[in-house]
Amino acid sequence: MSGKTTNVLVVGVGGQGIILAGEILSMVALNAGFDVKKSEVHGMAQRGGSVNSQIRFGETVHSPTIPQGETDILLAFEKLEALRWLPLCNRNTVAIVNDQKIHSLTTATGLQDYPEGVSGELATHFKNLHLLPAAEIARELGNIRVVNVILLGVMAGRMDFPREAWTDALKKRLPPKLVELNLEAFRRGYERA
Amino acid sequence: MKTVLSGNEAIARAAYEAGVTVAVAYPGTPSTEILMNCGRYDAIRSQWSVNEKVALEVAGGAAIGGARTLCAMKHVGLNVAADPLFTLSYTGVNAGLVIVTADDPNMWSSQNEQDNRHYARAAKLPMLEPSSPAEAHAFVKAAFEISEKYDTPVLLRVTTRICHAEGVVETAERADVPLRDYERDFAKRVMLPVNARKRHPMVEERKIALRRLGKTSPLNRIEKGSEEIGFVAGGVAYEFAKEAFPEASFLKYGFTHPLNLDLAKKFRRMVKKLYVVEDGDPVLENTLKAAGIAVDKGKDRTGLLGELSVDRVRKAFGKRVKAGLKTETAVPARPPALCAGCSHRGIFTALKLEDATVFGDIGCYTLAALPPISTMDTCICMGASISASIGMVKARKGEKRKMACAIGDSTFFHSGVTGLIDAVHNDAPFVTVILDNRITAMTGHQNNPNTGKNLMGESTYRVDLVRLAKACGVKHVDTVDAWNIAEMRETLQKHWEYDKPSVVVVRKDCVEWAKIRETPYRVDTDLCVGCRSCVKIGCPAVIFDKAAKKSSIDPVLCVGCSLCSQMCNFNAIYRVDKEEEHAKIAEAERRKRAERKAKAQKAAAKKAAGGKGGRK
Repeated sequence: MSGKTTNVLVVGVGGQGIILAGEILSMVALNAGFDVKKSEVHGMAQRGGSVNSQIRFGETVHSPTIPQGETDILLAFEKLEALRWLPLCNRNTVAIVNDQKIHSLTTATGLQDYPEGVSGELATHFKNLHLLPAAEIARELGNIRVVNVILLGVMAGRMDFPREAWTDALKKRLPPKLVELNLEAFRRGYERA
Repeated sequence: MKTVLSGNEAIARAAYEAGVTVAVAYPGTPSTEILMNCGRYDAIRSQWSVNEKVALEVAGGAAIGGARTLCAMKHVGLNVAADPLFTLSYTGVNAGLVIVTADDPNMWSSQNEQDNRHYARAAKLPMLEPSSPAEAHAFVKAAFEISEKYDTPVLLRVTTRICHAEGVVETAERADVPLRDYERDFAKRVMLPVNARKRHPMVEERKIALRRLGKTSPLNRIEKGSEEIGFVAGGVAYEFAKEAFPEASFLKYGFTHPLNLDLAKKFRRMVKKLYVVEDGDPVLENTLKAAGIAVDKGKDRTGLLGELSVDRVRKAFGKRVKAGLKTETAVPARPPALCAGCSHRGIFTALKLEDATVFGDIGCYTLAALPPISTMDTCICMGASISASIGMVKARKGEKRKMACAIGDSTFFHSGVTGLIDAVHNDAPFVTVILDNRITAMTGHQNNPNTGKNLMGESTYRVDLVRLAKACGVKHVDTVDAWNIAEMRETLQKHWEYDKPSVVVVRKDCVEWAKIRETPYRVDTDLCVGCRSCVKIGCPAVIFDKAAKKSSIDPVLCVGCSLCSQMCNFNAIYRVDKEEEHAKIAEAERRKRAERKAKAQKAAAKKAAGGKGGRK
């Protein structure tokens, strides 16, 4: 992974734990000796809306945002959001997508329609699509909030960093009482990768 | 130690390391986290002030008082603080004073896209512009050195892509910076005309000295690359250009005002084509051009709008942009929305039902201007809801109109209370609705004078909004429950009749801040007729199934505010723990409907039997 900058795009809906997933990845990349840049948008743009975190690492990273078509890994916490961010991706982008539908205010109130067949369409765009029911797995684990760490686990399984680098970062970042649950969530994801 | 920090965290960390003991701000995206992080250091006395003008005056006083001080605000905040800014330029400081202005190209969370580099020129102050979190960290420390050596406040201009970007930062220990002596200095600090006239030439001399400093300052640098193209860049635009054109030569300005032009002249001789890249207005470009330095391309190619990016720089200067994937599907928007249970939803629904004209203000509640609530006619700047309403009723005097304005508690303290006094003084009849949720929510829950706690978490006096309004001279002040639409409408109806300025305080703590979780509600799909009244309040927990023509409530998102059930005319929404009561109500409702139906059928049958009864 040296030389070229690796671009990871994490997208989803406000409140899904996107920021945390990005933080863990940047910790892991930093500890591996990479230069890291990351970009998010807060405030008005965040309230329940579409949220994204862009993480870039490599020898030297300049721009904090990913140029069009240059995403190496897309980690989508909601499938419609994967569709929204297609312009930053290309055919070879590794797309890890949570097969979950979350209404936006416009589709919930019937102002706009939530499109049909999103998962099927994603398969036509990406050569390398990993679609998984992260919300169901999270429910099995008894906490819908661990969707983010399950997805993080899948991504970790697709990257070159050692597994411990991820679990160490999780242990360091999370409050002690949540560590066990999240490590289990991570394992579930990692083993599906 | 190397660590990944956001630009805002890096600025706070650098302030700590530079020996800052006082830090002041009013929250505003993208600057808010600077003070939140300062507050984590015991060595820094951090505070939220009521507005940016007060914050900068506190900061100026602290610097005069001998303490290294940091003051932070978003770009529009500096408009509010411009008054002390321009005169602090004359008085100078004592200990270092660094003022962070966080600009928001693309208006991710702002009402305009102003470029605050113009302030440095107008107030004749030095300005530093980092391009990354690592530089933000380094530049804060450099800014304190410049501030003390040249006896001047220093502006640090950052943008959203620095504040909320993260990067690797090398942190250090805190420097031991003792409090400076304070001595009275009439000629330097009392800006009577007689003294100010003597200070102005010093300001001009300081500017010349600072411009000279720019030539040798490590904040500016030339990076030699190809002779074909040379970029002159400042701020995060440098990073975009560097990635887009790694082969080019660069003159990177970090010290952007007063601009050292010797460097630009030298650089011009080094390259065949000179391009300028900068977010915002053509400030660097015009400064170069005014000095007779030829610029081949600049804003004519990058444009004046939005924020730059690697792709925009590539496109502007003739490189190809990679093609991304495309979809034919219409992807519905996912706009930000008021949270489930939000204390702002009910009052705007009530105002809508009352068909009032509502002038709005800045906060989460500005989202009530969007569909489906769509109940706000103006949003200009902090506090303008009240003052603009005065203008509105003056302009349309004698017209029958239900005139109201809505303002959050934090915004009211910021600059709404002055407008309210003005309304009383000028006898302007309209209803001021104060949204009392006890916290500054939009920027991430900062304490304000209505919280009862300050930034340091210390208990403080909680300003009483009702008593304050009355003390301003408002005769009619009522308090209503934010989760009771009927009560709010009744109160508003009473207030429309007053021919005087009046105030309605809408009370309920911010649900996300206070973590309010009441028993959720449920839709009885049997009784739901699909009229959509419940979805018209724009609650993320209420979902309408178009195919089934039924509403439903997400039990995880619902916090039990009951507004949707108040909107329902068919008794179809009930609290989940009231199943038994609901069963009775449902039974009665079903019976009522059956009777109504039977009656209608009977009437229809009669009509059919009677032949020509009605009009054709």
